[in-house]
Parts: sequence; structure tokens; C-alpha cells
Amino acid sequence: MSTEDEMRCRDLVEVITDYLERTMPAHDRRRFDAHLRECPYCRAYVEQMRQTIDILGSLGPESFSPEARRELVRAFRGWADSR
Amino acid sequence: MNAPSASAPPSDRELADALRRGDEQAFLALVDAYNPSLLHVAMSYVSSRAIADEVVQETWLGVIRGLDRFEGRSSLKTWIFKIATNRARSRAVRERRCVPFSALASEEVEGSHHAVDPDRFFPADHDRFPGHWALGPSLWETPEEGALSSETREVIRAAIEQLPPAQRLVITLRDIEGWAAPEVCDALELTDGNQRILLHRARTRVRAALERYFDAVELTV
Repeated sequence: MSTEDEMRCRDLVEVITDYLERTMPAHDRRRFDAHLRECPYCRAYVEQMRQTIDILGSLGPESFSPEARRELVRAFRGWADSR
Repeated sequence: MNAPSASAPPSDRELADALRRGDEQAFLALVDAYNPSLLHVAMSYVSSRAIADEVVQETWLGVIRGLDRFEGRSSLKTWIFKIATNRARSRAVRERRCVPFSALASEEVEGSHHAVDPDRFFPADHDRFPGHWALGPSLWETPEEGALSSETREVIRAAIEQLPPAQRLVITLRDIEGWAAPEVCDALELTDGNQRILLHRARTRVRAALERYFDAVELTV
């Protein structure tokens, strides 16, 4: 890979989401992977992005008030019974 | 009617049929599954949590009343979320917070954006390391899943709260609630490209907040 074609760190951080979303064209993907092989800092950056996404995925859902939930059940029963 | 197999989740058709039969368990499962996301959607339109709660309640009541008319032309999920966005929009107009989500989204994909402060890199004309990290990221020591400190969670929650609304909603639906990209595009009427831009900008901010919290940077040379 010629040096002109090489991906730089500052470019990699701008396109990382396309990479992780698998919407990156194959040629760019190869450049991305080639750079990762050479650059421990970008490997750390990609790892951090993955960890960020994992942490987000582990957050709990918002709480839902039990009265609101009961009210919905009543409404649903009322509708079901009236059919 | 046969119960759906334990390994496969019910299809929309099976769900809609169950609901129309008055199956309360099916209804509650649906409510529990979608309530958090509906709340996030409502919050991106209206000005307070209390009003967002009302919008979500109204949405479910609208779902119940509309069940007989649901024809399966869109997915059940998309249909429910369209009811929610319509309710949230009219409520926002009544509350006089009139900026439509599409306008917020357009605003937030505009403009230049740097995922990382440009000063963290050597300039493009640097003779040895053009465009490479000058102040690079170090690996984070994060504990095993489930052992996340409440402090770390707080850092993330605060970072998300500070995001502009369209970015906040996209990252919440994709990364917290686990929606697929096409579902988000569908529910929020976003193009694929814009959804990805919003996600990218949001993720880079949250990563940066975590990096500051972990204080994990190092000189590369």
C-alpha cells in the first residue's frame, strides 16, 4: 500500500462509525485494517469505542411507574371486554 | 391457535392477533419492551418528563384503540412509534415547543465535526508522523460486565444528557435500547446517512467523556 493511500490516525477517528456499522466500502475497510495493524493507538481508540458501546448497552431501562402500568392494563381490559 | 415456539419471538401478526383476542400478557410484554424507548422519543419533543409520561400513556391508549385498524402494512413497532411521534409532536406544538424533530436532526448533522480534538494529532505536513496521534489514547481498565461502578454510569448518563436532542435520541435507541439502524431510520424518518452521522457524533462525545473520566491519554513520542 503506497503511503498516499495509507489511512492516517486523524482520518480513522472520523470514519470509525462507518467501519463499525459495516457500511464502509471494501477498499477503505482494507486501508482501515492495514492502519490498525500498524498503530497501537488507533487499536486502543477502536477498543475504547467498542467499550463505550458495550457500556451503553448495559445501562438499565427507565423506570415505569406501577400505577401507570396498572392503568394501562385496566384500559386494555376495558377495551377487550367491550368487543 | 398454536402458541409460538419458545425459540422464536412472536411475529407481528401473531402479536396483533393475541392483542385483539384480549391477551393481557402479550399486551404487557409489548408495553414493557417499548416503554423505555417511547419515553426517550417523547422526551426529545417535549419539555418535561411529566409531559413525556403523559404522551407515552396516550400513545398506549391510542395503540389499544387503534388495534382493530392495524393492518400490518408497517411493522407493529413502527406503527406504535408513529403514534408516539404524532402525539409528541402535537403536544409539543400545544406546549409551544415547536421545533420539529426533522429540523433538529438537520441542524445536528450540519457543520464541521471533529471526533477528536485536532491538537491530539501531528499536522499533515509533519515530517515524521503526519496525521498520527501525538497525544494518544491509552487502554481503559474497565471491570467485567455487570461490575460497572455507579460513578461510571453517572458519567455516561451525564454525557448523554448533554448531547443535543437528535444525537441523544439516536444513540439511546441504537446503543442503549439496541434497535437496528433501519428501525431507527423508519421510526424517526431519518436517512441512513443522517442516522449514522448523528450516531457517530454522539458516540464520539460519549467516548471523549469517558476518556476524560478515566484520564487515559499518553504521549506517543
